[in-house]
Amino acid sequence: MSQTLDSSRRTLPLVAPSVVVLFLWMIVPLAMTIYFSLLRYNLLDPGSRGFAGIDNFVFLLTDPAFVTSIWNTVVLVGSVLILTVVGGTLMAVLFDQEFPGRGVARVLAIAPFFVMPTVAALVWKNLMMHPVNGLFAWLLSSIGLEPIDWFTHYPMLSVILIVAWQWIPFAFLILLTAIQSLDPEQKEAARLDGASGLELFRFIILPHLKRAISVVVMIETIFLLSVFAEIRITTSGGPGTDTTNLTYLVFQFGLQQFDIGSASAGGIVAVVLANVVAFFLVRSVARELKPGA
Amino acid sequence: MRANNTLRTTVLGWAVALLMFFPIGWMALTAFKTELQAVSTPPVLFFKPTLENFAAVFERGDYLKFTLNSVLVSFGSTFLALALAVPAAYRMVFHPTPRTGSTLLWMLSTKMMPPVGVLVPIYLLFRDAGLLDTVTGLVIVYALMNLPIVVWMLYTYFKDVPREILEAGRVDGASAWQEVQILLLPLAWPGIASTGLLNVILAWNEAFWSLNLTTSKAAPLTAFIAAFSSPEGLFWAKLSAASLLAIAPILVVGWFSQKQLVRGLTFGAVK
Repeated sequence: MSQTLDSSRRTLPLVAPSVVVLFLWMIVPLAMTIYFSLLRYNLLDPGSRGFAGIDNFVFLLTDPAFVTSIWNTVVLVGSVLILTVVGGTLMAVLFDQEFPGRGVARVLAIAPFFVMPTVAALVWKNLMMHPVNGLFAWLLSSIGLEPIDWFTHYPMLSVILIVAWQWIPFAFLILLTAIQSLDPEQKEAARLDGASGLELFRFIILPHLKRAISVVVMIETIFLLSVFAEIRITTSGGPGTDTTNLTYLVFQFGLQQFDIGSASAGGIVAVVLANVVAFFLVRSVARELKPGA
Repeated sequence: MRANNTLRTTVLGWAVALLMFFPIGWMALTAFKTELQAVSTPPVLFFKPTLENFAAVFERGDYLKFTLNSVLVSFGSTFLALALAVPAAYRMVFHPTPRTGSTLLWMLSTKMMPPVGVLVPIYLLFRDAGLLDTVTGLVIVYALMNLPIVVWMLYTYFKDVPREILEAGRVDGASAWQEVQILLLPLAWPGIASTGLLNVILAWNEAFWSLNLTTSKAAPLTAFIAAFSSPEGLFWAKLSAASLLAIAPILVVGWFSQKQLVRGLTFGAVK
C-alpha cells in the first residue's frame, strides 16, 4: 500500500502538466467570458466600459436574431443528425456485404470527411450550387426546369446539405465498425430461422447498433453546435439571419461589431447548451470506462 | 438468386460511393481545366488537361507560405500535445490512482466546451500577448484543443502494453523516465503514431480558430482557401487546383488511418 502511494506521488509530476494546462484553458477564458457578459464593453468605445448587470442577457434574449439563431442551430443540428444517422446506417448495412471493389468504394465514400470545411463549402457553393454555372443549374435546365438559386432561396437547406455531406462518412465509418463487430453466427442463425433481410435488420442489427448510434449522435452534436466555416463562406449567416446559428451570432457580435458584452452573453448560452448535451455523452461513455479494467 | 443479390449490392454500393465522392472528383477534374472550361455550360467533360492552374497557384509566392503554416501548425501542435500526453497517459495506465477515472472523464468534458464560448477572451488574450496571427498561437490552441483526445487514445493504446515488461524494468531499477523511454515508447510506437496522425488531420482541417485568429502572416491553408470566397472565387479552376493541393495529403493520410480515426473520435467507445 505504502509503495503504491509512493509511486502515485512520485509520478504525479507526469500527469500534472496536462491537467494544469487543460484546467487553465478551460477555466480562465470561461471565467473571463462570464465576467465580460456582465459588462458594458465595446472595443470601439472602450471609454464607456462599465458594469451592466444582466443587461447583456436581456438585450440578447429580446433580440429577434438570438431567437432565430437558436432555432437555426436546432434545425441545422437536428437535420444533419437525421441525414447522417439514416444515411450512415443504410451505407453501413450496404457495405457490410461482400461485393467486388468494396474496399475501394469504401475509401471513396468516406473521402468527404477529410476535406477541410472551407474547401467543402467553396466546392459546393461554386461548382455544384452556383445558380448560373453550377452543375445543379445545368442538370435542372437540361431536364427543362428553372435553375435554383440555392443560397438565396433555400439557404438553410444548402448549408444542411454541405454539412451532412461532410458528416455522413463519419456516421458510416463508426456504424460500419460496429456492424462488423456483430457475431456473424448470430446473423446466420437468424437467417436459418427464416428471418427476412428486413427482420434481420430490425431485430438483430439495429439493436446491436444502438450504442454506436448514440455515440455518433452525441459526438456529432458537439461538433455541429459549432458549425462555422461553412456558414462564413457560403452565406455569411444570411440572407438576413436565415442561416445564423448561435456560433455565428457570437462571432458577429464579438469579432465584427466588437460588442464584447453581448458576444460573451451569447457564449455563455452556447456553453450551457453544449453542457446539456455533454452531460449525456459523458454519462454514456462513463459506463464504458470500468475502473481498473 | 444469390448472384442477383450480389449484382444489386455491387451496383448500389458503387453508386453510393461515387455519389459521395463526386464533388471531390469534379473539383479534381476542374483543377485541370482552363478558367473558361471551368464555368462553361453544359459542363466540359473531355478536354486537354492543363497544368496552368497549378503553376498559377505556385506563382503566388505566398501559397508555399500557407502550406508551410499548415505543416508547422499541425505538426507543432501534435508534438506539443504528445509531449504533454505521453507522460500523463503513462501514469494513468501504469500508476493509476482512485481518481484516474474521473480525471480522464474531466479531460473528456473539456472537449465539450464550444469554442465560441471562449472565443472573445482567447481573442483578447492573444491580442494582448501578441499571439494573434502567429503560428505559435495556433500551435497552442490546437494542442490544447486536441489534448483530451490524445490522452484518451494513448490511454487505450498503453492499456494493450503488457504490464509485466514495465514492471520487470522497474524491478531492475529503471526510473519512470527510463521506463517510458526504453520500454514503453518502442512497445507502443504504432499507437503513438496513429494518435499523432489523427491529431495532424484534425489540426490541418480546423477552420474555426484559424479563420478567427489569423489574418495573413500565420494563416494556414484553411484560411487561405477561405479567401477564395471573395472576388477571387470567380477563378474556379485556380480555386480547384489550390483546393486539391490542400486536401490531397490529408485524404491520403486519412484513408490509411480509418480505424484509428474511429477509435480516436469516439474516445475509444467504438473500436
